[in-house]
Amino acid sequence: MALDSLEYDYVRDLVRTRSAIQLDASKDYLIDTRLARLAHTENFSSVNELVAQARRDAAVSKRLVEAMTTNETSWMRDAHPFEALRDHMLPDLIEARRSTRRLSIWSMACSSGQEPYSISMVMRDAFPELSTWNVRILGTDLSTEMVARSKAGSYSQLETNRGMPARFLTRFMTRQGIQFVVNDEARKGVEFRQMNLVETWPTLGQMDVVFLRNVLIYFDAETRRRIFAHLRRVMAPDGWLVLGGAETALNVDDHFERVNLGRSAAYRLRSPR
Amino acid sequence: MKRSALVIDDSRAVRFVVSRILRDLGYEVSEAVHGAEALAQIQAGADPTVALVDWNMPTMNGLEFVQAVRSEVRYADMRLMMVTSETEQSFVTSALEAGADEYLMKPFTREILIEKLAVLGL
Repeated sequence: MALDSLEYDYVRDLVRTRSAIQLDASKDYLIDTRLARLAHTENFSSVNELVAQARRDAAVSKRLVEAMTTNETSWMRDAHPFEALRDHMLPDLIEARRSTRRLSIWSMACSSGQEPYSISMVMRDAFPELSTWNVRILGTDLSTEMVARSKAGSYSQLETNRGMPARFLTRFMTRQGIQFVVNDEARKGVEFRQMNLVETWPTLGQMDVVFLRNVLIYFDAETRRRIFAHLRRVMAPDGWLVLGGAETALNVDDHFERVNLGRSAAYRLRSPR
Repeated sequence: MKRSALVIDDSRAVRFVVSRILRDLGYEVSEAVHGAEALAQIQAGADPTVALVDWNMPTMNGLEFVQAVRSEVRYADMRLMMVTSETEQSFVTSALEAGADEYLMKPFTREILIEKLAVLGL
């Protein structure tokens, strides 16, 4: 039986409250398909039963919220931000960090891990000297399932095909049966944890580069402002923030300024914190 | 200048699908059923921006075609993408060592082909 309007409202409110993700009525089809899949895997007889159980069971409601996250991703997604990382951001940061030999990069809402692993591959390919540095690449996602997938680093042929340069495939991936698995070289320094951007942020240390791409589009203006306020406290004064192509910090947080980097752009804090 | 592509595959179905995608993306597309036919086209003056090359073909296979093209400095700017159902990493390595620029595993979707062309800067 299809969900009724009260059930759709409940799901929308739950998702918005727990994750700040905005789902208007035009997204009801997403609720239908995602929850149908979850109901099947959780052995509920119907989506209605799943929603009813979510009202009384915190674990089920948590899984329902996670099921509504969009996990679209690919290797070197959109290409230009990774070129900007390689050609502009990393050279600047490597020079600035020569005395400490430490770099920290955060891939927020990393889905199944392709973005943080892509960052690792770009770094190791273009800057072999970083193999002796303390490099930390943190991938976080709201979904515990996506965090588990990221840690596994195992991808189907179709997933591997999506944007992976062939020379990275040969250098950084290992074929295991029908899957392609990220090898130890690309995994070095990469860690994953579950994190909800709209809850209290754990202490993560200072970040030199933050990738926050194609996430803010799901949030309302107030949530975006709060996230930028958090980022100001987390980012190094000379750090970089990379947003999605359709996203901007302009008119959201004046502490950030846009910098053109080749065919891409990124943001920096206007002045030291 | 309009970009052009040369689709090299002994499967008419694959040539049809790939060519259609490329034309939709604005490419001028020509086709060849094996490496020798493709090489003849190039030697006769064809200058594709990118050649999409199957591996297993009669007369001249894709690896041999890549080797032949890369042995000529005048074709150095031509991008070569293997498009093949051979998915073992040894094949990918062999193709790259022969001079292929990219490697697309079959099956693939339109979006995957577009992403791979982007990796080539196209």
